[in-house]
Amino acid sequence: MSITRTEVERIAELARLEIPAEGIERMTTELTAVLAFVATLDRLDLSGCEPSTFAPAGAGLRADVPDADRQLDPSRATAAAPASENGFFLVPPIVENVNP
Amino acid sequence: MSEPSWRGSAARLVERVTSGELAAEAALEAGWDGPAAQWEPEVHAIVHADRETRRLATASARPVGPLAGVPVVLKDNLCTTDYDTTCGSRILAGYRSPYDATVVRRLREAGSSLAGKANMDEFAMGSSTEFSAYGPTRNPYDLSRVPGGSSGGSAAAVAYGLVPLAFGSDTGGSVRQPAAFCGVYGLKPTYGRLSRYGLVAFGSSLDQVGIFARHAGDVALAYSVVAGGDPYDATSRPGPAPDVSGWDSGVSGLRFGWPANLWKQGCEPEVVAGLEEAAAWLERAGAIRVPLEFLPGEVGVAAYYLVATAEASSNLARFDGVRYGLRVDADDIGALYRRTRSRGFGPEVQRRILLGTYALSAGYYDAFYLKAQRARTRIRREFDEAFVRCDFLLLPTAPTQAFRLGEKVDDPLAMYLSDIFTIGANLAGIPGLTVPVGLGGTGLPRAVQLLGPADAEPTLLRAGRALEVRGERARLERRHETEFAWPTKR
Repeated sequence: MSITRTEVERIAELARLEIPAEGIERMTTELTAVLAFVATLDRLDLSGCEPSTFAPAGAGLRADVPDADRQLDPSRATAAAPASENGFFLVPPIVENVNP
Repeated sequence: MSEPSWRGSAARLVERVTSGELAAEAALEAGWDGPAAQWEPEVHAIVHADRETRRLATASARPVGPLAGVPVVLKDNLCTTDYDTTCGSRILAGYRSPYDATVVRRLREAGSSLAGKANMDEFAMGSSTEFSAYGPTRNPYDLSRVPGGSSGGSAAAVAYGLVPLAFGSDTGGSVRQPAAFCGVYGLKPTYGRLSRYGLVAFGSSLDQVGIFARHAGDVALAYSVVAGGDPYDATSRPGPAPDVSGWDSGVSGLRFGWPANLWKQGCEPEVVAGLEEAAAWLERAGAIRVPLEFLPGEVGVAAYYLVATAEASSNLARFDGVRYGLRVDADDIGALYRRTRSRGFGPEVQRRILLGTYALSAGYYDAFYLKAQRARTRIRREFDEAFVRCDFLLLPTAPTQAFRLGEKVDDPLAMYLSDIFTIGANLAGIPGLTVPVGLGGTGLPRAVQLLGPADAEPTLLRAGRALEVRGERARLERRHETEFAWPTKR
């Protein structure tokens, strides 16, 4: 199975990655090779095999209550942010003002 | 004059610190002043370390506990409050975690001190430690070769003598393969036995924190300290971990599976020679060989690269320039995300995010991701059937010994196939142990891998110890000081 250049551009958009034009070419070739390899799975008899799930035996949900030991106050929660103010993350506008 | 403290085992170091013969700070700095002065400039195993942080850590530590005074190195994807956690990536440059990983907290409580953070393939994606934003780590046995990956810095630091214990993470073999390339022990425990809280996630259903050491007994010692349920990790197995105190009790009567069809093609002669020798040693120590047939390893690699990349594409969505790490400013939020991620992630990480996004995208989910999860069930069943007939499996860790830097960088598939013998354990959630079996004719370490059913860590350590003493050697007088082959400069 091969993947097209257009598909790689579409996936890059979904993944929030900017790939330069020459990179798209290379990724198309490399992903096509990897997809050809994973087609190995088509040769496997998977009848009776449900998809794996992975919850260790005995693991369960904890009570939905705040855990005082793990709570960070806003100043600590935003301490590693590239830009913050008064305990909030600063980013460019997300919603456009349509009625200036 | 007594042997320098950095040459001994962790267990011996605990005795010396607990008795007051050696201060924790001296135990820690011995590795930095001794072997690191010789090796670190060229090997480049460590990416974050400074003497003042180390001094503060040891000054506040009490000289008690099962790991009293034992210096440890942590892979750079385990969160710590006193060193940066950057996952070998530009996108996390300068990130300092506000909390310790559970494994790190348990290590501190047991008396160990952090000697530094180790280099790694970016976000644990790689098999050679060449994909790090800090540059590659080199193999101390041959500086032209890789240490394996992605936990190559941790493996190399233990191999050259900086520390007796190090921690890494194993998503598809990233502890066991570098352990093999660097000639040390490497344990990937049963999935859920070590907490993943504070381990930066790559493939959540596959990731497991793992242990490096030069002696089987030290692996057991470290495991007994860090393993066990953690309420902060919903995927950890509740309750106490298996008791590994019988690590030195031998292998008499144990049955080991011998799936020789796996390495009939494509394994270096040195690797096969190491396996044959190990099998003979186990038999001499009283174990019984059981021939088995297994699915070809390529099937596991194919399933793994769909599951792991799908989970990675989701896990790495959180690196967007908003909450931590790198930000490349832009006029709108979408461009900020794209620019930050494109400049912050290296090419291998971008490749895997794209593959994972593709495997999860509309129209392809069933054909790729779901099929891989069904293949995973098939592989788990195959292990279940094998472990009815034997107590553990003996197989290679990797098809080759350490390869040269640059040899596989431009060939993603060749790099992925480095993990052909290790991936199955991650897909099935079972434990695996790499055991060094001396140096081959090439002067490079040889190793074998032991796999067991869930919670078989005690069995694997017994077998790993049997290979350490090679059946015939006197054990009691050399309990912790075995025939470890230290690298020599060349």
